[in-house]
Amino acid sequence: MSAARGHATRHWRNQRLSALTLLPLGGWFLWSLLALPDPGYDSVRGWLAAPAQSALMLLFAWCALWHSALGVQVILEDYVGGAWYGAARWSSRLAHLGAALAVAWALAAMLRGAPA
Amino acid sequence: MQAPAPARAPAAPDRASPSPLSPHLQVYRLALTTVLSGLHRIGGMLLTAAIPLLVAWLVAAASGAEVYARAAAVFGSWPLRILLAGILAAWWYHLFNGLRHLAWDAGAGFELRQARASGIAVVLLAAAAFGATLVLTPAWRWLLGAP
Repeated sequence: MSAARGHATRHWRNQRLSALTLLPLGGWFLWSLLALPDPGYDSVRGWLAAPAQSALMLLFAWCALWHSALGVQVILEDYVGGAWYGAARWSSRLAHLGAALAVAWALAAMLRGAPA
Repeated sequence: MQAPAPARAPAAPDRASPSPLSPHLQVYRLALTTVLSGLHRIGGMLLTAAIPLLVAWLVAAASGAEVYARAAAVFGSWPLRILLAGILAAWWYHLFNGLRHLAWDAGAGFELRQARASGIAVVLLAAAAFGATLVLTPAWRWLLGAP
């Protein structure tokens, strides 16, 4: 594998680690979503105004992004060849990083009570 | 005996890496385990596609009631409802099949008969969990557009 060469063991281990973190965090996420009285603005803001819930959401989103980035890398290694691989790999990294930052920003804004 | 020319070259000639490509689906007869393996990837990609939705939802909630209402209208549209139902199905399948992978990593269930049986179990469990999530929770009513 072009980019994973030399890092294959770490990739394999991280893919399993991130999968294991997603078992409890994914369970929490789905449970919380379904436990919301309704999907309206007030319910969602009330839920994510609690610091512990906000922290869990951040953990869930970041672990999901971690697992996703590793999975996308495997897909790119298997199906995207040659000159496109590098560009695709970096696009994926940037997109995942951007999503991680956006989630952090949104959760922090909600903790502050934005837009208020 | 002359072999017919393959319709597609087995390896992309423009690949920079000499490592083998995987897997060459066109040379195998499809087995249940093959299809389930492919579904694990497709489900994973669907779940990756769900992340921008999660981000959009959180950013909309952080941007105030008006933005959230507009986002909710998009999320409530039929294409998005169907996509979200697909994401929920992929969620359960990828979860149970991921557990199957973790069992394999631990060295368990490698025999072909076991792999086939665990594959069938995963499909049944995922279908049951998907159905239960829909029927036993408000998700069903939301997906059908009931208030």
